[in-house]
Amino acid sequence: MALIQDFDYVKPARLSEALAVKAEFGSRAVFLAGGTDLINNLDDEVVDPEMVIDLKGISDLARVNLSGGRFFIGALTTFSDLLASATVKRRYPALWEAAGEVASISVRNRATVVGNLCSCVPCLDSAPPLMIYEALVAISGASGKRTIPLNEFVLGPRRTALADDEVVVGVVIPELPAKRGESFVKLKRYRGEDLAQASVAVMAHGANRFRISFGSVNPAPIRAAKIEKILNGKALTPQRLAAAVRLVKEEVAPLTDVRAGKEYRLHMCEVMLRRALEAAVSRLKGKGPAYGTHLI
Amino acid sequence: MKKTITFTLNGEKRTVDVEPAEILLDVLRDKLGTKGPKYGCGRGDCGTCTVLLDGKSVRSCLMLAVEVDGRKVETVEGLSRGKPSPLQEAFIAHSSFQCGFCAPGILMTATELLRKNPRPTRGDVQEAISGNLCRCTGYEPIIKAVLSVTKKKNKK
Repeated sequence: MALIQDFDYVKPARLSEALAVKAEFGSRAVFLAGGTDLINNLDDEVVDPEMVIDLKGISDLARVNLSGGRFFIGALTTFSDLLASATVKRRYPALWEAAGEVASISVRNRATVVGNLCSCVPCLDSAPPLMIYEALVAISGASGKRTIPLNEFVLGPRRTALADDEVVVGVVIPELPAKRGESFVKLKRYRGEDLAQASVAVMAHGANRFRISFGSVNPAPIRAAKIEKILNGKALTPQRLAAAVRLVKEEVAPLTDVRAGKEYRLHMCEVMLRRALEAAVSRLKGKGPAYGTHLI
Repeated sequence: MKKTITFTLNGEKRTVDVEPAEILLDVLRDKLGTKGPKYGCGRGDCGTCTVLLDGKSVRSCLMLAVEVDGRKVETVEGLSRGKPSPLQEAFIAHSSFQCGFCAPGILMTATELLRKNPRPTRGDVQEAISGNLCRCTGYEPIIKAVLSVTKKKNKK
């Protein structure tokens, strides 16, 4: 029901104004984009701000831009925007698949990719695809701009590298190998709206090169470096696939919670990695299931 | 500090004073008397508070009322002008409700779908309403009702 907090609200039209307010209030101010996490956090009294800074008046942050092979996703870009984007579907299919798995349409109409990263819950859907793209987080603050790799931005549950006087203005996907096969698999309790119990994103490119990321099964999303190492440069034979699957337990550390047990999550990570690798390799060859097909 | 907001609610300009911490759903129901959207889970999971914001479905329980200043909001009250809309008639004909608590949200979600895609597949309908929980009918009569409206449209 009604929130018990008593905060003020501003909706600046320029980033510099938003940053000035944030610099003044520091940790006593929070940014609002889609609000789908923020309102719940307010309701749960996890946050108790004096000031809410609505970013939706800043048109620069609503920008999505492909330039010189780099793709910029502005902080106000919603998951519905990603799903509707022909560029995202064609060039970043794992991210497109993940966008379609986020909650439901009316949440996706509001929830932003950047907000998903800033909330930084372990089950965030956008991170595994962005981890295999080696995406960068573009940050502006009172003292200037900086861009850091996503894996240095996500520190742990609800913990990011963002300082109190900073805001994330967007995510940048750097230039990627032109020819790729990708896949994203999200395990849910049923085929409706649900948080991930486990998720995996895979990229296959070049001559047997692989990038793999798991979500929901570690404090923060990870790149599976050990698995990538034994796969890279060699054909994906059934033996090598089996060896990769055996390494899953060394990469992930799932917990038991209300949504699933750790043994089930670990087992399903193995199944999901196998299917995601097979699909990505097939798609690299122009075959395999169409993007958007549920692999689990 | 109170803010005065003006927005279009079901085609009518409305002006109302709100605190920044007031949730859109509460303002619609308690200050503006628009009782169509319901309070279910209050967390964006159940979908019964769904309204259309500039034509897109949103969870009114997950929005501050100040966010709709200058924008267009539609609730289930806006669908029927004097008589039920064809979609609402179809829901009655197919007995798509029992308790009716999910209905205002599902009608708005289905309205968004049909405006964007007048000839949805069964899969499109299922995906559209996947964020609206119904505990009575098992969804089947709801899906049939939505698809029946598209068939009528296609015959014309």
